[in-house]
Amino acid sequence: MGELWSRVLQNYPYVFALALFAIGIYTILTHSNLFKKVIGINIMEGSTYILFIAAGNVRGGVAPILDMGDPGLVYVHPLPQALMLTGIVVSVSVTALSLALITKLYRFYGTVDAKEIMKIRSEVRANAGRD
Amino acid sequence: MTDFVLKRMVALVLPFVQMLGFYVIFHGHLSPGGSFSGGIITGLSLIAFSLVFGLERGQEKVSERMMSLVESFGALWYGAMGLVGVLRGTTFLMNKGAGVPLGEPGKLYSGGLILLITLGVGLKVASTVVTLFVALMEEEE
Amino acid sequence: MSNKIAIALLVCIGVVVLLAISELPLYGSPDTPAQNYVAERYIEGALSDTGALNMVAAIVIDYRAYDTLIETTVLFTAIIAVFLVLKKGTDRKGEHK
Repeated sequence: MGELWSRVLQNYPYVFALALFAIGIYTILTHSNLFKKVIGINIMEGSTYILFIAAGNVRGGVAPILDMGDPGLVYVHPLPQALMLTGIVVSVSVTALSLALITKLYRFYGTVDAKEIMKIRSEVRANAGRD
Repeated sequence: MTDFVLKRMVALVLPFVQMLGFYVIFHGHLSPGGSFSGGIITGLSLIAFSLVFGLERGQEKVSERMMSLVESFGALWYGAMGLVGVLRGTTFLMNKGAGVPLGEPGKLYSGGLILLITLGVGLKVASTVVTLFVALMEEEE
Repeated sequence: MSNKIAIALLVCIGVVVLLAISELPLYGSPDTPAQNYVAERYIEGALSDTGALNMVAAIVIDYRAYDTLIETTVLFTAIIAVFLVLKKGTDRKGEHK
């Protein structure tokens, strides 16, 4: 148990990533405001960035910008950073599209609360069945 | 917004923010940053202008048509840079293998096509951010 | 009530993932599986292959140029989708939709 705990403590960036991921999932599950759900998705994306960048780290390494004056430097892995650049762009696109959809929903239903929208929809359906 | 202090401060700061954005774009192959970060800094300076001076005056400075032109230019510029490799007899998007001069490492012109492609992508990202902002901000007619 | 269910679910997930984290290679050690010949190739070859000092820029714009080319298409698609959702246009007969 002690050894397991010490290994977890040595891998602390992964624990931070897990904590951020849990916060994101908690935000999505417990808030019915659609904007807060989008914020939760963004927090989860941030946790994946931390996970990838931490996995590419080397102790004592410097950022992957080549320093021609000092050939003995240790550089961190540049590939996860490049991949996360792609991920950030995709996350911006996803956030923009979901914000646009929420704006459309607000214009249609007059609220951004998922539960209220469900209630309005079910009322409309019930009225349609009665006629 | 009609706050005098805010307007004057933004007018003072924005030129330097835009210069920082273009600096980051142009030195993407030498220092931290690159096309995406520099493009977002440049786009955010335009967004700050629209936020402080109002959407109409922002639209006067950068119209929607101009943004769409810049955006298409960025994407087509990338494809044109890729065709350099095809014209030199190698594959699409080839840089060193196509015989592009790589320049002296550490100078502004180095890395062959990287500088040119970064410029196109940076302009495209800036116009994308501004276009998304304007589309989300516009009032319902 | 739903808060408690969510927290219980997250505690279950968290315990499992913490066990997985304890089995991961140690953070920052130079002999993790991630630090293989790929990193070595990029770090040693980036300058001679592309002439750029910034290895991330070399990877994004040169080694994986197709990736970035399609990524600009992703931005394009996002704008088209946002306009499709938000903008109101006219059809060919001039009627508002």
